[in-house]
Amino acid sequence: MIVIENLRKQYGAFTALDGVSLRVAPGELFAYLGPNGAGKSTTIKILTGLTRLSGGSATLGGADIQTDPIAAKRQCGVVMQHINLDSDLTLVENMDIHGRLFGMSAADRVARTEELLGYVDLYDRKEKLVSTLSGGMKRRLMIARALMHNPSILFLDEPTVGLDAEIRRRIWGLIKKIQNAGTTIFLTTHYIEEAEFLADRVAFLDEGRLRALDTPLALMHRVGAWAFDRLTEDGMKTEYFPDRDSAQAAVTLDAGGHTLRRVNLEDAFLTLTGKTVV
Amino acid sequence: MLHGLGAVYLREMRILKRRFKRHIVGMAISPLLYLVAFGTAMGTEARFDGHTYLEFLLPGLVAMTSMTQSFSTSTEINIARFYLHIFEEFQSAPISNVAYVLGEVLSGMTRALIGIVLILGLGAAFGVILHTGPWFWLAAALNAFAFSSLAVLLAMIVRSHGDQALLNAFVITPMAFLGGTFFPLDRLPEWAQNILYALPLTHAAQAIRGDVFGRPVVWAHFAVLVAVGAVVFIIALKSVGRARD
Repeated sequence: MIVIENLRKQYGAFTALDGVSLRVAPGELFAYLGPNGAGKSTTIKILTGLTRLSGGSATLGGADIQTDPIAAKRQCGVVMQHINLDSDLTLVENMDIHGRLFGMSAADRVARTEELLGYVDLYDRKEKLVSTLSGGMKRRLMIARALMHNPSILFLDEPTVGLDAEIRRRIWGLIKKIQNAGTTIFLTTHYIEEAEFLADRVAFLDEGRLRALDTPLALMHRVGAWAFDRLTEDGMKTEYFPDRDSAQAAVTLDAGGHTLRRVNLEDAFLTLTGKTVV
Repeated sequence: MLHGLGAVYLREMRILKRRFKRHIVGMAISPLLYLVAFGTAMGTEARFDGHTYLEFLLPGLVAMTSMTQSFSTSTEINIARFYLHIFEEFQSAPISNVAYVLGEVLSGMTRALIGIVLILGLGAAFGVILHTGPWFWLAAALNAFAFSSLAVLLAMIVRSHGDQALLNAFVITPMAFLGGTFFPLDRLPEWAQNILYALPLTHAAQAIRGDVFGRPVVWAHFAVLVAVGAVVFIIALKSVGRARD
């Protein structure tokens, strides 16, 4: 369980987080969606001990991140947005150091490394240096490393950023598999389809504030069920309709170029925040 | 409280092992140049405290190497912070600041030990075999502890690799040349001696040289090294917490 109450973060005069409150249930896959600079990574950095909060509070599995940070950190696995692996060490050595940091026994470290490198399909490369891996492989290794100590909560900060579509899909499959094993997942992303495909609930974050929080379907239904994109002299305009029939009626009245489609999460974000995600 | 110390230390040692050959060559170049340029050029006729210049220089180089090699930990921490971002692994792990700082300090002291052994070997190759008693090793260890702690402290404060280079230029290089490494301090005016005795390296060089030359132990040198090491270590602990922003 993740509980965040009125979380605030100031960098000088700049407010990165402005009173965010939310709860993530055990086993839930929670997506935190917002444009660059919205405060997504700042939230994860605060929750995982990388940055201090300026106000509010947060608990991870009941452990307060300020008064009992060691207990809070023990429950977390973190996959940061950027690659943070030791490139001069092998895959096994990277996993081993992580296991030692979390106080795992030698036998557990060996067994868990074998299991997880197989899980992320990197077993054959276990004795290679990390510097020899591709970008997608490094991401998978980071996920495996974060799972090494069997955390109950996994933070994924933009886990597929910069990866091609095929590898992204593969990592999505892996994330689903981790959730099915009972892990609570807190995912930040600015890929709409990633949140739509993976998340049980989605929070829209913009300029450090929570704009909306609900299931992907419920957020989309706040806008409508069907969207009608029409090319006008002022650019693309989108109208939303509660059902296909009413949208179809608008289409027949329109003589220009248009597209009729189902509403997606991006429509919801755009309507509820007035901004695009990317 | 010390849980995680082994992980921090082991990581540094694994990286050191992987780069060991390059590292040894890098460690040897400067002292070798000093030995060739200063040691042999001064010959055996010039006497310092009743010893040849090479015999005088070598303990100074031991002190200097224990400083530079332990302080080189700051570069490794910088790479971990700004380039590899591995520092985040330590920040998000359930370990205390004491465990992290001690792990890095011990790795700095290990580097210093390797450097000292290398200097002793180079000295032997130049025909000077130093007597190394317990006070020699204690002074070298205390000096390495103080400068490893300083390395962690400054690595937490700097914001870029560029800042790190500035620190080397303004802190380490002047100390290396002025801390009693290359010349006897008693040949300087008193006011200059007073300034140079404020440097921990001066006390390390004097303590190491004193043991090598069989002089009585001067406790003040050890007291200064212990005091500086303790103060810098405590500030380093605080600085790790401050590096979270």
